[in-house]
Amino acid sequence: MSNDVWVVAEHARGQLSESTLETVGKGRELAHATGGKLVALLLTDDERNQINSLAAADLILLARRPEFREFTPEAYGGAIEAALKEAPPRLVLMGSTSVGLDLLSVLSARTGFACLDSCTRLDLRASQLLATCQIYGGKLFVEVALSSATTLVAVVPGSFAKPADQPSGRPEVRELTLPADLPVSRITFHRLIEPPSGDVDITKVPILVAVGRGIQNADNLPLAGELAEALGGAVCASRPVIDQGWLPLTRQVGKSGMTVKPKLYLALGISGAPEHLEGMKQSELIVAVNTDPKAPIFGAAHYGAVTDVVELIPMLTEEARKQGLKKAS
Amino acid sequence: MNIAVLTKQVADLVEGIEIDASGRAVDRDSIRYILSESDDHALEEALLLKERSQAHVEVFSLETGEVRDGLCTALAKGADRVVMILAGQETPPSNHAAARMFASVLKGLPFDLILTGVRAIDDLDGSVGGLLAGYLGLPYVGLVRKVELVDGAATVEKEYPGGFAAELGVKLPAVLGIQAAEQPPRYVPVTRLRQVMKTAQVEEQEAEPASEEPVSVERMYKPEEGAGAAMLSGSAEEIARQIVNLLSERRVTR
Repeated sequence: MSNDVWVVAEHARGQLSESTLETVGKGRELAHATGGKLVALLLTDDERNQINSLAAADLILLARRPEFREFTPEAYGGAIEAALKEAPPRLVLMGSTSVGLDLLSVLSARTGFACLDSCTRLDLRASQLLATCQIYGGKLFVEVALSSATTLVAVVPGSFAKPADQPSGRPEVRELTLPADLPVSRITFHRLIEPPSGDVDITKVPILVAVGRGIQNADNLPLAGELAEALGGAVCASRPVIDQGWLPLTRQVGKSGMTVKPKLYLALGISGAPEHLEGMKQSELIVAVNTDPKAPIFGAAHYGAVTDVVELIPMLTEEARKQGLKKAS
Repeated sequence: MNIAVLTKQVADLVEGIEIDASGRAVDRDSIRYILSESDDHALEEALLLKERSQAHVEVFSLETGEVRDGLCTALAKGADRVVMILAGQETPPSNHAAARMFASVLKGLPFDLILTGVRAIDDLDGSVGGLLAGYLGLPYVGLVRKVELVDGAATVEKEYPGGFAAELGVKLPAVLGIQAAEQPPRYVPVTRLRQVMKTAQVEEQEAEPASEEPVSVERMYKPEEGAGAAMLSGSAEEIARQIVNLLSERRVTR
């Protein structure tokens, strides 16, 4: 059995994604500790800008085709399935992302290999590979022994540090021979839809007042607006608030929303599911308020308080005005 | 146009959640069940398609949690038929086993689209939608936020980070993992729900048994309470003052 670790490389608009680089770093550590190789699986139309970012891989398996320019689940999945069946590795890592989640379960069903989602830790303990996954919005951690010969694992972006420096060596690049009878994809890429414009760009605002389910209803949103105004910042939100239509998509932080790194992230009534944390945990200062003392957001915050945000927000606004906190513009 | 919607009940996180004596599973007695949020969106998207293109919508749930209430709610919202799939087991199945059971029921039925939530909060071994598509040999797209039916195919919007999305064309039949419907899931007044529950026909259907447990859980644990954050205490007013003092001292707004 091979002890190789494969990483499915993701790219968007020609660039390799950050989460792939993080996963390559961790995958290399695990592969080398078990005497295997780190293999990057790169499906692309043009590898020239991407291969340099994959210097930490021991081997790059490259499939270059015009239809791999943009991700489509079936074309990518079919090619990866063929490669996996040909030489199954110990571990296949992908992102718990829009790309990885379209591949993970379908590949598991097609190959019979076990699969795991929402992985935030990978450890090697007494030669046993262990994955830790977060379920119930980060309220429970599950430690799973990867006892199957091959396991597919989707890793939450931001779980592993991106290696500080790239190894100087050049990985071997091997062209992946795809079977001639690969089925024609029933999914076609039409076009990329740009983010809506014309609203505040929350990735550029240094002070963010972020609201979640704890804001309770749309009528309470103006309270958050007043606080943002008093602090000289802007309002953003977690997924449930956006899905209710209370704020536009442009204000969404987290997976499929924006990734923000403001000077202050004031998380009000946000429980802190992994999908949200991946979009804000690099903020310089995180202050979180939630009624649930066990909310996972406190694990990411620098300061926390347990109280009802609907009651607290007007008090914060009043206090901020009293202390003249807003930057003179 | 025939649409199947697969839904399941999950723990309501507002109520808290406990680990059982084995330390490897959730204590099911501690759970209050609600419909999985993204399944609610999948149902909403199906109902929007029904309104726009006269689709026939059938909702399927495995017999776990408090399924009957959820299925009655789906009827009250406008589903044409609801089916409870008898799983023949006490413990909730893994997603692999659930997908096998759904596959055994849906195989050969004339559905053009199978919609389900892209993921549930208790998913560990992948998602039911992707697994089902794999077993049935159908195309699958997840993180979908919009579905349009055009000449026997679906045009879908799939979400990407940073507010980007892709428009994809998908040949039918297909399985779609819905992230969010085009509008918030509709609300059913309690009086209407009570009325429907009196006369509701929840059909029952047996699935081929499946018991795959592809994942071996070593242990389950809760994150350390308040780990990481320095906790501020006092009344709401005192907390407000401490937070603003903190921002003032650190000059974050300057």
